[in-house]
Amino acid sequence: MEITRIPLGAWIEGGLNWLTSEYSVVTRAISRVTQTGIEVLNDGLMWLPEWALMALIAVLCWRASSYRLAIGAVAGLALIWNLGLWNPMIETLTLVVIATLVAIIIAIPVGIGAALSERLYRGVMPILDFMQTMPAFVYLIPAIPFFGIGSVSAIFATVIFSMPPAIRFTALGIRQVPVELIEAADAYGSTRGQKLFKVQLPLSLPTVMAGVNQTIMLALSMVVIAAMIGADGLGSEVWRAIQRLRPGDGFEAGIAVVILAMLLDRLTQSLRRTRAK
Amino acid sequence: MDETRNVKIQVSGLSKVFGKNPKKGLELRNQGLKRPEIFDKTGLTLGLSNINFDVYEGELLVIMGLSGSGKSTLIRCLNRLIDTTEGEIIIDGENIPALSEKALLECRRRHFSMVFQNFALFPHRTVQQNAEFGLEIRGVDKAERKKIAQDSLTQVGLDGWEDAYPDQLSGGMQQRVGLARALANDASVLLMDEAFSALDPLIRKDMQQELIELQARTKKTTVFITHDLDEALSIGDRIVLLKDGEIVQIGTPEEILTKPADDYVRRFIEGVDMSRILTAENAMRKVRSTARVGDGPRTALRKMRDHTMDSIYVTDNDRKLKGLLEVDAASQAIEDGAEGIANYLTQDFRRVTPDEPLQNLFAMFSDKSFPIAVVDEDQRLLGVVVKGAVLGELARAGDQ
Repeated sequence: MEITRIPLGAWIEGGLNWLTSEYSVVTRAISRVTQTGIEVLNDGLMWLPEWALMALIAVLCWRASSYRLAIGAVAGLALIWNLGLWNPMIETLTLVVIATLVAIIIAIPVGIGAALSERLYRGVMPILDFMQTMPAFVYLIPAIPFFGIGSVSAIFATVIFSMPPAIRFTALGIRQVPVELIEAADAYGSTRGQKLFKVQLPLSLPTVMAGVNQTIMLALSMVVIAAMIGADGLGSEVWRAIQRLRPGDGFEAGIAVVILAMLLDRLTQSLRRTRAK
Repeated sequence: MDETRNVKIQVSGLSKVFGKNPKKGLELRNQGLKRPEIFDKTGLTLGLSNINFDVYEGELLVIMGLSGSGKSTLIRCLNRLIDTTEGEIIIDGENIPALSEKALLECRRRHFSMVFQNFALFPHRTVQQNAEFGLEIRGVDKAERKKIAQDSLTQVGLDGWEDAYPDQLSGGMQQRVGLARALANDASVLLMDEAFSALDPLIRKDMQQELIELQARTKKTTVFITHDLDEALSIGDRIVLLKDGEIVQIGTPEEILTKPADDYVRRFIEGVDMSRILTAENAMRKVRSTARVGDGPRTALRKMRDHTMDSIYVTDNDRKLKGLLEVDAASQAIEDGAEGIANYLTQDFRRVTPDEPLQNLFAMFSDKSFPIAVVDEDQRLLGVVVKGAVLGELARAGDQ
């Protein structure tokens, strides 16, 4: 007896096609806005001379953390500059910044909602599990019909891939606020908004920032992978090295990614610590 | 109790059942089932059952019970941090369980300040900002709330700590911040949930004393929760004793001590240091006879003889205490042929107010054998305490 194969793939494709044609106005608008955002930020960062941007980042590191981080940042960026990977690095940074911003703008309200509403929490959590365990490459495929080959698709896939930790940590942070502090806020007659902005959010900020840190790290890894659908940056350097079988070039670009990752990680972690007190 | 006092909060028929389908729990309660049986049958917890009491304007009411007695639930029902299952809580004509969400916020802001067992200070705010919290929530403008918060911090002795964070303070100081936050809010009722239970015994005694003084000064209606009978007896104007979600007895500390409602209360009060709780009023006797200032020496002497006393307290027409006439001085006055006794009085005796702890009276007896005069604020003579009566009263209270 033959059991009919469930045409799951066909259904999904049908659904995606329907979305693409029905909402092309929306996707095109998103595409245009995102593209503009990418270009403006990219051009801005490119317009700055290398040394100026390095100095800026060094000062930021020094203010937020320590002179040691500043020295490390300058050394790492100088190496990238020296290897001739400055422009790809800037392109990657642009994609990470924009994808992270979009992810956070979506994730924090959703996280707050999930923390405050048990029903939303139960609805959102399985979706997050799905988003995180689905192999990252798969997001690249529907991105193309929505937004075409290029950076906007990369952003789309990256946002989806990197958003879950920010949602989870935001919800977790708010749920961890001690009950008695919530009682204190209530006892003095706080509205929901007052309670959220004066008590819950400030107290969950360290946890929320840990989520943001995770989101940035995931965004960076995805932006590199997104080179496969035509995203510019360090990822495309790696991709080219693979195609030409040039391990040296590949590692150079890979090291640049590592430097950028460490820099972003240390910087956001130190922001988290300074905010915590 | 004093019928003329204004009722601030009136709690009537208040019950709380925890769990799904609480009405079912009430039905079983009405059939006469008790808390453990209801739990076994339905998994519902009867937190409070048919609670009735009044809180008078300006009094310090202590709600006392062991853990599980429902006292924390009860105080949270008052400002509806916990929703009640049935019953009324009327404050200034408003029934709190029936208020809309919006009216409830307004009611909490106007009527309730709360001090918590583990302080519940906001760790991300300075001492000053913590004290300002209630005012900030109510939308009081910045300059004004700063001033008010400053005043209340001064009241609790935290001058100079405005910019510290709570985690830089000791437990006692943190609770002072909690108290300042409540005082700054100037709500009409102060709720204190085991406010001193987390503090060291010594600091705790200090805080109790300060609360008593503060309360006497401000006449703020206060509801204080505790599991500690000593604390309840030493700070409460009246005590509501809770057990298993029901009221066992309501009364003044003296009433609880001298007329325990049942064996439960009796067991509770064993081991209480009686001499600290009882006051001059408990041991006070009516004066058998007094002399008037206008009396002649012979009249005074006769009154003493009639009652076999060797001294007599002398009052004016308003019963105000003027002095003490000793038998020798009366004889002297007769010898001198004096018309009145006014010039033969001595002031060499002790006078106390009715709320003087009995403990303090012991020391006073050692130097003179005159009875101690008990007078009110206007120096009217209310009664006297003789040495035997103090011991007798203690023995009696101890036996019960």
